Amino acid sequence: MLITYLIFGVFGLVVAASALGMLLSRNAVYSALFLVLNFATVAVLYLILGAPFIALVQITVYAGSIMVLFLFVIMLLGAEKMPPGEPLRGHRWLAIVFGLVFLAELVLFLIYRGGMQAVVNAPSLEFGSPAAVGMMLFQKYTLPFEVTGFILVVATVGAILFTRGEGFKSRKRTLGITSGDKAE
Amino acid sequence: MENNLLFSLAPWAVLLPVFGLLLNLVFGKRLGEKGIGLIASLATGLAFLVSVLLAIALSRHPEATVVPLADWITVGQLNLAWAFRVDTLSVTMMLAVTGVGTLIHVYATGYMHKDVRHQGDPGSYRRFFVYFNLFIVAMLLLVSANNYLMLFVGWEGVGLCSYLLIGFWFNKGAEGIGNARAAKKAFVVNRIGDFGLLIAIFLLFWNFGTLEFDGIFAAAAKAAPALVLVITLFMLLGVTGKSAQLPLYVWLPDAMAGPTPVSALIHAATMVTAGVYLIARSSPLYIQVPAAQMTVAWVGALTALFAATIAVGQYDIKKVLAYSTISQLGFMVAAVGMGAYVAGMFHLVTHAFFKALLFLAAGSVIMGMEHGEEQSAHGRAPGDAHSLDPQDMRNMGGLQGRMRTTFWVYLAGALALSGIAPLSGFFSKDEILAAAFRNMPVLFILLLAAAFLTAFYMGRQIFMVFFGKARSAAAEQAHESPPVITVPLIILAVLSVVGGALNLPGVHSLGHWLEGSLAHTPTVEFIAGVALLSLAVALAGLFLAWMVYGQRRMPFKDTDPLARSLGGLFTAVYNKWWVDELYQAVILRPYQQLSDLLARTVDMGWIDGTVNGLGSAARSFAGQLRRLENGYVRSYALTIFLGVVAIMAYLFFR
Amino acid sequence: MIPIDYFVGLSVLMFVVGIAGVLLRRNALVVFMSLELILNAANLLFVAFAAYYELLAGQLFVFFVMTVAAAEVAVGLALIVEIFRAKKSIDVDQMSSMKG
Repeated sequence: MLITYLIFGVFGLVVAASALGMLLSRNAVYSALFLVLNFATVAVLYLILGAPFIALVQITVYAGSIMVLFLFVIMLLGAEKMPPGEPLRGHRWLAIVFGLVFLAELVLFLIYRGGMQAVVNAPSLEFGSPAAVGMMLFQKYTLPFEVTGFILVVATVGAILFTRGEGFKSRKRTLGITSGDKAE
Repeated sequence: MENNLLFSLAPWAVLLPVFGLLLNLVFGKRLGEKGIGLIASLATGLAFLVSVLLAIALSRHPEATVVPLADWITVGQLNLAWAFRVDTLSVTMMLAVTGVGTLIHVYATGYMHKDVRHQGDPGSYRRFFVYFNLFIVAMLLLVSANNYLMLFVGWEGVGLCSYLLIGFWFNKGAEGIGNARAAKKAFVVNRIGDFGLLIAIFLLFWNFGTLEFDGIFAAAAKAAPALVLVITLFMLLGVTGKSAQLPLYVWLPDAMAGPTPVSALIHAATMVTAGVYLIARSSPLYIQVPAAQMTVAWVGALTALFAATIAVGQYDIKKVLAYSTISQLGFMVAAVGMGAYVAGMFHLVTHAFFKALLFLAAGSVIMGMEHGEEQSAHGRAPGDAHSLDPQDMRNMGGLQGRMRTTFWVYLAGALALSGIAPLSGFFSKDEILAAAFRNMPVLFILLLAAAFLTAFYMGRQIFMVFFGKARSAAAEQAHESPPVITVPLIILAVLSVVGGALNLPGVHSLGHWLEGSLAHTPTVEFIAGVALLSLAVALAGLFLAWMVYGQRRMPFKDTDPLARSLGGLFTAVYNKWWVDELYQAVILRPYQQLSDLLARTVDMGWIDGTVNGLGSAARSFAGQLRRLENGYVRSYALTIFLGVVAIMAYLFFR
Repeated sequence: MIPIDYFVGLSVLMFVVGIAGVLLRRNALVVFMSLELILNAANLLFVAFAAYYELLAGQLFVFFVMTVAAAEVAVGLALIVEIFRAKKSIDVDQMSSMKG
């Protein structure tokens, strides 16, 4: 059992450190890379918790595609760095104080309300396997699954529409100029 | 069966003028003047026809009949209906209102045709007849109501029409707002009276739980005399307002700013008699409290004499008639105050005839003067084209030759008003004098003096207007009015002459007719001595007028011969005893100062200060609060996070 | 095995760091990343309790959260690109025209 604790300890530290790294790094590219690391380590925790399917989805979808998308956007906009500083007076101070208070509250909750004795048992191999998840997904959760598919399509269309808006206009403008030229 | 059918026509007396006014209101612009006049006159004429049919029905079945039309207010125990009371009293009023009203409508079609052109606004023709029909509606509601609230609706309605019609040329008059001021004055003074009537109605409802006439009169018989006294005195306040009695008479002379048909219909024949009708209608209440009756009689008699003195010193042809109207209303009020209800109603009807006649004839004279002025103005510079007041009697004179019909009808009206036998005024006034002689000798003397002055100022008017030499170019050029004006005048003149036949001494046809609704009224017996005395007084007044104004021809714009002989007294009379100035100083000025104080200090200072202070406090607070909405998303997120922290704290420490 | 509280504690840490990122960072993209971190903290709890109660529904919920997050990122990034075109900046504080 010690090895499990050891794995959890190491990866837990990496999770915490990468999260803080994302928060603190000046460069947005570093932030994104820290986040990729964070997601990957969380995926390992998922494996410990007997969720191999979710762990793989986490790596492919989050660490793979979403974060790649982030990196692309960062580089596309050239927004890696921003000038430091805090324009809102007292904001940073307040945010830090409240964040600490919030953390303290949650920790207190854990200490006084949590069950330290409750232990996660090692789940059976079938639990969380892609086959089991797939069976449940396509039997009990068919409708939500379809709905998520629909949401993704809508999101895709929306994203295309947003980014292509300017292109439409400029194309129209070009057409207008050419027709104007013809008229002259 | 047939009678019931006739009685059920009663609502139509009101509804027909309603249709008339609606038609004119909606389609008037397309109908043209002829159509408008025809519809308005026809509506009133048909209402007169309905009244005649009701009278026929009543002659067979003299009991009072209530004709319900619709429910109005049904709240708890209160149940008021739009119900018409058909009895001899209300039908008498309806006949007078619609009969005289129809004649005046016909007259007005001709008069207004000229007046709207003289005033330069032909589009107002329709407006005039809409108001006129509305007045007939309100007046008929007033006289045919079966409860006090419906009566009050009519009472306010006629007040409103009076306001609208006095200020008909609201952009004319002194300083461009003189007419509007007169209308406002009439309205405000009437409101004081209406306040009294309203209090009386509240008291009636509070104590008797009903507003129906029959219910109230039955309950009042058992009520405490003090209560009835208070109610009747408040009612008297309403009467003094509407019927222009002391001390609220001041609006009526100013009301002459309205077109002449308005003065004839509203301010002589019908609306101002509403107070007399109200007392007659409420006679079961008044009979219970002699003190109230006495007050009413005194108010009436004093008004009669007071107004008559003022009439002597006026130069405006319509102002003289206005004060004469106040005086004659005083006669009526005195009569009903003394319990001589039949005499009061009799004088009301005959007065409607001859005073309407006098006003309309005066209107004819004014029209003739305006015409003459336009004729004579051709040769003059355009600047002083309107320098002449066509209503000032000092500018008239010698009109009898140029306006023969008008002269003769005017003479008939003046003699009837003066009380010369056997014209209608003689009989009706004599009945009042006889009643006063029997009941209250002091009042008899007052009224006799008023009668003398009546004859004098009417004689003065006749001599100044129609005799002597023309005192202005306009009077020289004046000419007779068209038949649409003179025919109603002739009809009214005939009525004024023979109107006395309604209630001849010994026959008492009106008295017997009114027994159905005024059963408790004693018949006033004819007293030969009183009759002779009043006739002698009237003749003396006329003779004196001839002495002063007829014998020596009054030269152009000369001072009144009376002013020389009476001196300061005439100045006082000419200035209407300075009553307006007195009211101005005693009531209006302090009132305005108080209003000013309240407006500036209390309202603008304290109340506005409080309200504005609250407003600006909320504003500045909001201004502080606005900083939270700084547009920074992170700031909003921090606020939300703050809430989360607080909720977590609450959950933890709960 | 590992007590559940360890996972909860780790999740709390990620959550607070995510919130701090939203509140403190001005770079819109980093703010977005912080949101993803917050979602991930929630996901970790779901998976942990799914294992604890041996209920597969918890894992499925994570699956749905991920798809929705993917959709959100797609739209959100498109918005950021569009805003950058208009404002020439991805400073969150630049988008402050909605103020009273």
